[in-house]
Amino acid sequence: MPTITKNKKLSMIETGDEVRRLVVEMSHRSKSGETGSSLSISDILAVLYFKVLKIDPKKPNDPKRDRFVLSKGHGAAALYATLALRGYFPVKKLLRHRVNNGVFHGHPSRGSAPGVEVSTGSLGHGLSIAAGIAVALQETKSKVYVLIGDGECNEGSIWEAALFIGNAGIQNIIAIIDDNKFQGFSATKETNRFSLGAQWKAFGWKVLYADGHDPKDIEKKLIEARDMKKPTVVIADTISGKSITHIEDTLGAHYYVPTQVDVDHANKKPNKKKK
Amino acid sequence: MRRDFVKQILIEMENNKDIVFLTADLGFNALEEIKKRFPERLINVGIAEQHMIGMAAGLALEGKKVIAYSIASFASMRPYEQIRTDVCYHNLDVTIIGTGGGVNYPTHGVTHHTLEDVAIMNVLPNMKVLSPAYSWEAVEATKALMKEGGPAYMRLGKSPGIDYSQPHFKFALGRGFVVREGGQVLLIATGNILDIVDRARAMVEKDLGMSATVLSIPSIKPLDEKLIVKHSKIAEGIFTIEEHGVIGGLGSLVSSLLWKNGVPKKRFHAFGFPDIYQKAVGDREHLLELVGIEANAMAKKITKIMKGGNS
Repeated sequence: MPTITKNKKLSMIETGDEVRRLVVEMSHRSKSGETGSSLSISDILAVLYFKVLKIDPKKPNDPKRDRFVLSKGHGAAALYATLALRGYFPVKKLLRHRVNNGVFHGHPSRGSAPGVEVSTGSLGHGLSIAAGIAVALQETKSKVYVLIGDGECNEGSIWEAALFIGNAGIQNIIAIIDDNKFQGFSATKETNRFSLGAQWKAFGWKVLYADGHDPKDIEKKLIEARDMKKPTVVIADTISGKSITHIEDTLGAHYYVPTQVDVDHANKKPNKKKK
Repeated sequence: MRRDFVKQILIEMENNKDIVFLTADLGFNALEEIKKRFPERLINVGIAEQHMIGMAAGLALEGKKVIAYSIASFASMRPYEQIRTDVCYHNLDVTIIGTGGGVNYPTHGVTHHTLEDVAIMNVLPNMKVLSPAYSWEAVEATKALMKEGGPAYMRLGKSPGIDYSQPHFKFALGRGFVVREGGQVLLIATGNILDIVDRARAMVEKDLGMSATVLSIPSIKPLDEKLIVKHSKIAEGIFTIEEHGVIGGLGSLVSSLLWKNGVPKKRFHAFGFPDIYQKAVGDREHLLELVGIEANAMAKKITKIMKGGNS
């Protein structure tokens, strides 16, 4: 796994690309799928960890830090890659993803590495956990960010939590939905043909929309959500399988295992892009 | 028993500002005093047990000591995965209180009968499982759980029960108690049926002319293995009694424990609910009687087995 160029300051677009490049390699090496969901959230995680979250990788347990919960735990590869890039642990640790005697499961496990706040993987759990964290931190300046999948919004427990948070008007929680439009076995619109935004609004949330691959727009909406005086959700328009062009926006992206060709292609891509 | 628990929790909440009490809309005529005295720390999350347990985990991740409260069937089974993954996997300080375990909501029907909770909670790593029999055990178990911390599950019955406590009793998680000291017959009970067991004990002693030991086991996990093995070695017949399914409950635990510890084969029977859904309608006494948890019937069964009949 090539390491990142030291001392090179990456732009936010390059950071998201770098997260994806690492995800492609990790998934290829461990022959594991759920790649599409990691690729769709890479820009969101890059913006969160490099621009929005008040964190210090040298003090991962600082009580004053912001918290991040990856409720859609199957995007773990992107979380690990982002944490490594942000300096929580060496990038080479990513080699131990989903392998024998490894460190990282396919879903986040608290304690596996600094920066992994919560163990997730069973869908629909993260928003309630985030609500508990937010209530515990209500008297502090810390914010709680939670990333949910669009398909994950099928889970009843998401709506139990959404109702509680909306009804209680908890302000220090910011939900982000990775609206990549696909879930395991179908397009998300086949299981929820209604407006996701209208559903969250009906539960008392302020709903914002962002281009989930435009770092500037993501940052702007997350800051707006952070400063909102009511629970706010940012629905991020993303592409499942982003960057592996032949799987982008397909159902197959979810369980796709990247090939050596995909890895080579990712490694050849220039980091600088026009946007 | 619920009142004993609430009374103790009020003391605990007074002493520890980190205790947060969550309820999934249960607690009418029970939790009002907590709400009145600690309005900021009594949160009704709504009829949303999955959310309650997830939220409890989040609070506990930030150092709160959390109590999550509902009817035993809904507190244990509805959010089981949240209990397993959010609470037990993270090994968090969350104590789940299941009220009315067993058939304490008798005429409510099968939805409200809780005959599986001990079994399903017992298999979870990190989990402590408590099943007090009467007031003293409920109060002491509450104190112990607030001191030791979760993950824990405690099922509460309704009746305060007769006070069996003795001056030398010192409660601890993993400790069982000798309520009656005897010899040939060993009755091992857990939960809010100790009164029935003790009545059966008196009858058995009279019918057989033998002495019987009664053990109360409020702590299912950790289990007082030493105490159970010790008395089992002395006894000629061993009987477990629980207001719970016979599969995966105290009976299963004791029988495997004895086998593991090389206790020679003895006369044995596990009193509890058979492997069927109890559709009969009636009060608690009626439902217990139907499965043989009634003093006369139990005494007869024990006497028969002790005389060499089939278990």
